[in-house]
Amino acid sequence: MRIGVITFPGSLDDVDAARAVRLAGGEPVSLWHADHDLKDVDAVVLPGGFSYGDYLRAGAIAARSPLMQDVVAAARGGLPVLGICNGFQVLCEAGLLPGALTRNGHLHFRNRDQVLGVERADTAWTSSYATGQRITIPVKNGEGRYVAADADLDRLEGEGRVVVRYLDGNPNGSSRDIAGVCSEDGRVVGLMPHPEHAVEDLTGPSTDGLGFFTSVLTALVVAA
Amino acid sequence: MTADVSAVEHPADGPADAAVRSMPDLDTVERAAQEPDAQQPWAELGLRAEEYQRIREILGRRPTTAELAMYSVMWSEHCSYKSSKVHLRQFGDLPPSDALLVGIGENAGVVDVGDGYAVTFKVESHNHPSYVEPYQGAATGVGGIVRDILTMGARPVAVMDSLRFGAADAPDTARVLPGVVAGVGGYGNCLGLPNIGGELLFDATYAGNPLVNALCVGVMRHEDVRLAKAEGVGNKVVLFGARTGGDGIGGVSVLASETFDSEGPAKRPAVQVGDPFTEKLLIEACLEIFREDLVTGIQDLGGAGISCATSELASAGTGGMHIDLDAVPLRDSTLTPAEILMSESQERMCAIVEPGKVEAFLAVCRKWDVLATVIGEVTDGDRLVIDWHGEQIVDVPPRTVAHEGPVYERPMARPADLDALQADAPPATSADLRADWLAVVSSPDGADKTWVTEQYDRYVRGNTVLAQPEDAGLVRIDESSNRGIALALDGNARFARLDPYTGAQLNLAEAYRNVAVTGATPLAVTNCLNFGSPENPEVMWQFAEAVRGLADGCRALGLPVTGGNVSLYNQTGDVAINPTPVIGVLGVHDDVTRRVPAGWRADGETVLLLGETRAELGGSAWAAVVHGHLGGRPPALDLAAEQALGGLLATLAADGLVSSAHDLADGGLAQALTESALRYGTGARLTLAGDPTTALFSESVARALVTTTDPAAVRAAAEAAGVPVTELGTTGGDELRLDGVLELPLAELRDAWTRTLPALFGSPEVTVGSVPAGTVPTS
Repeated sequence: MRIGVITFPGSLDDVDAARAVRLAGGEPVSLWHADHDLKDVDAVVLPGGFSYGDYLRAGAIAARSPLMQDVVAAARGGLPVLGICNGFQVLCEAGLLPGALTRNGHLHFRNRDQVLGVERADTAWTSSYATGQRITIPVKNGEGRYVAADADLDRLEGEGRVVVRYLDGNPNGSSRDIAGVCSEDGRVVGLMPHPEHAVEDLTGPSTDGLGFFTSVLTALVVAA
Repeated sequence: MTADVSAVEHPADGPADAAVRSMPDLDTVERAAQEPDAQQPWAELGLRAEEYQRIREILGRRPTTAELAMYSVMWSEHCSYKSSKVHLRQFGDLPPSDALLVGIGENAGVVDVGDGYAVTFKVESHNHPSYVEPYQGAATGVGGIVRDILTMGARPVAVMDSLRFGAADAPDTARVLPGVVAGVGGYGNCLGLPNIGGELLFDATYAGNPLVNALCVGVMRHEDVRLAKAEGVGNKVVLFGARTGGDGIGGVSVLASETFDSEGPAKRPAVQVGDPFTEKLLIEACLEIFREDLVTGIQDLGGAGISCATSELASAGTGGMHIDLDAVPLRDSTLTPAEILMSESQERMCAIVEPGKVEAFLAVCRKWDVLATVIGEVTDGDRLVIDWHGEQIVDVPPRTVAHEGPVYERPMARPADLDALQADAPPATSADLRADWLAVVSSPDGADKTWVTEQYDRYVRGNTVLAQPEDAGLVRIDESSNRGIALALDGNARFARLDPYTGAQLNLAEAYRNVAVTGATPLAVTNCLNFGSPENPEVMWQFAEAVRGLADGCRALGLPVTGGNVSLYNQTGDVAINPTPVIGVLGVHDDVTRRVPAGWRADGETVLLLGETRAELGGSAWAAVVHGHLGGRPPALDLAAEQALGGLLATLAADGLVSSAHDLADGGLAQALTESALRYGTGARLTLAGDPTTALFSESVARALVTTTDPAAVRAAAEAAGVPVTELGTTGGDELRLDGVLELPLAELRDAWTRTLPALFGSPEVTVGSVPAGTVPTS
């Protein structure tokens, strides 16, 4: 399975996302923000980083890059898309996911090993987990506080679109401890924590993050 | 400072030719010859009378305004090392090392780490800017050292930071520290470089002079090493990266090479402003340019900006270069030529490119949205010539600017108070071991540093095997072979104050040991030497002693010095900082899967102390924290014992005989036990041998704490290595119980250790958001 990883100017965790895809058994394919070319990939990962320096709003300029037009169109057609950290910010700015990511409540960048609860284990990116499973993966962001109107939050909760939630402490002040959400069809998932940094015992706090990448491979096999 | 520079643009009447009539103030080479007696603001630019006179002798006339600007920044202490050079030669005189591929003198030294890999690493100070403007000062310190590493042809793979501030509870520390930490993090995080370790220490002598020393390490293949020289007549000089602005003018001269004066101006315009996004693009563009072999020489623009890059490239090459200064892209069109030459605007590089490769070079820059402009070419001869609006404003031999600056043999004097200081030994006995233990580990120096380190990304690039709070950072450089590199930075200034010769070596020994406990083999040394004013003979003596000590230490350990940085004038008024030689040691790890962490994970393991403990409390953290005392002699140095211990630790790691190893240093055994136990919440029951004050708080060298499931094998290996072993007890439980001495529940210890920095600098906890009850099972 070919999993695309987009590099925007200022993307940082693209090498990590590609490694995670490889360790999960997929074939990582580099995608370039300025091309209108998805290279026939089966799914797309938007990696973490500071695209365009996050100088306007985090993810705002990247969401308007040429390739994102193709990603949005393909996602509406069911292409699985995972946005991690800056990638989540891009997906919100591109309108593929609801809500917005704002400056952390405590105003600091924070990097820590974070416990998450998996609430949806039937999306394209989380089927390797069990509902209610506790996983530990790194979180690192300065603008990771998820916000949305109360009515939208109620709707997301009601539709079961909170994919992962912070447990044992909220690292950034996100509304209702939300760490990640999905699209209505569960094909597009965005989260602030970094599963690609928890794929090897040697370098991560756990290997709990690998499941995001094995999930999509399974989903694609099932679909095929 | 910009006002001083613009003032020099208004000398007396100019010649009447047409080109200059439109710019009546332009000081050209021709005019300098015609008006030899024009008054020039050399003193305001930081030059001494004899230095100005020497410039006149070199040129055979007075310098133009632009030439004066170039010489003033390049002959500054920061760029020319004029006070330190005579001492630093000792590093170059060390025996040649097979590991050294590129030595001192380039932007950074390069070390062979095996399998065809080369590593370049360097630490550099950004002390003065970080006091004036903490966030930008620290951020651009990271940016500058990253460009030095990039310039060698390497991909930067990690950063570290060694920080010093005034008393932790001083009001100004609350201004400076949060900004510095946010700046180090803000820049490094946005560049995508993991921060793998460093130091954070406090002392009142740093109150007006905080230290911000940033380290970067990069990796490349042997054949990819690049050098900073301009060769090949007709090759183009390409300036690329950010536009040139009015920031950082005089940063190296009037800011970094003078002491602060409480009456003086704020000097804020002399601080640069960083843009890490542009630097990230610059990194990727450079690496692609290197891969496609598009440059013959490259240099970053740091201190002294275009003055430095052009003169150093030309000086290291054949000598001739012509620059058209009008071609330099500006972000402020009102800048004068002297300001353009002195500007320290960040995120700029200068490359020498063959004419046939210029188009390909520019194409790579376009791909990465990096502005690139041809501003000149390499010429025949040995003159650096710079034109502005068709007029020649610089015509100098570049070596006299870049490499033949003044050299001073400054007077030295052993500090008058040193005998009394060394005679003033600290108390030898603790009145309350338990209270003293808690005081040491909860002191700002001993306390948990999470408040700082969680503002740094340690995960990015996915190769960080060990990072803070481990003794050393450890980075994998090859995913198939698991080869890696370890790095530690250490700079105990109390020891250096008591005895700079021994203190520098003790710092070398500690960094060496910190690398060794991970299982890595130490390979090379860098340094950042932070001292007060070299014009004070006592400070100059401290500096000379520290350099001599470091050189002797490296000779004894058989390690090369790959480069370094000197930061002088760290003093306000008459008060100099404690001498702070920060020493970095690089090690190589053949198999990072065999790394040894510092924390205890498992119950039932035997706790062993390797090395010998003596009654050595002079300059200790215990004496400082409990008694407010600095005096006596620092611990005795024993580099042979360090080598024996290092070799043993490498063997234990390779054979998988220990599950943890932690270096003993500041705070002695009490500090080490605290950190190993709290890492994963595993206690221990232990028995101390000998005097408990000495056992807990002595800072004797060449010691490490290890845990093992096979104590007999560790004992046998230690005996073979000639390293003494003391069995302390067994891990397990939720307290540290020292039989007959004290009991410390881990919860109480953790509270003491972790609360200090958040209490001082603000708790970053937030309470916004809450989980709807019952949403997530917590099994």
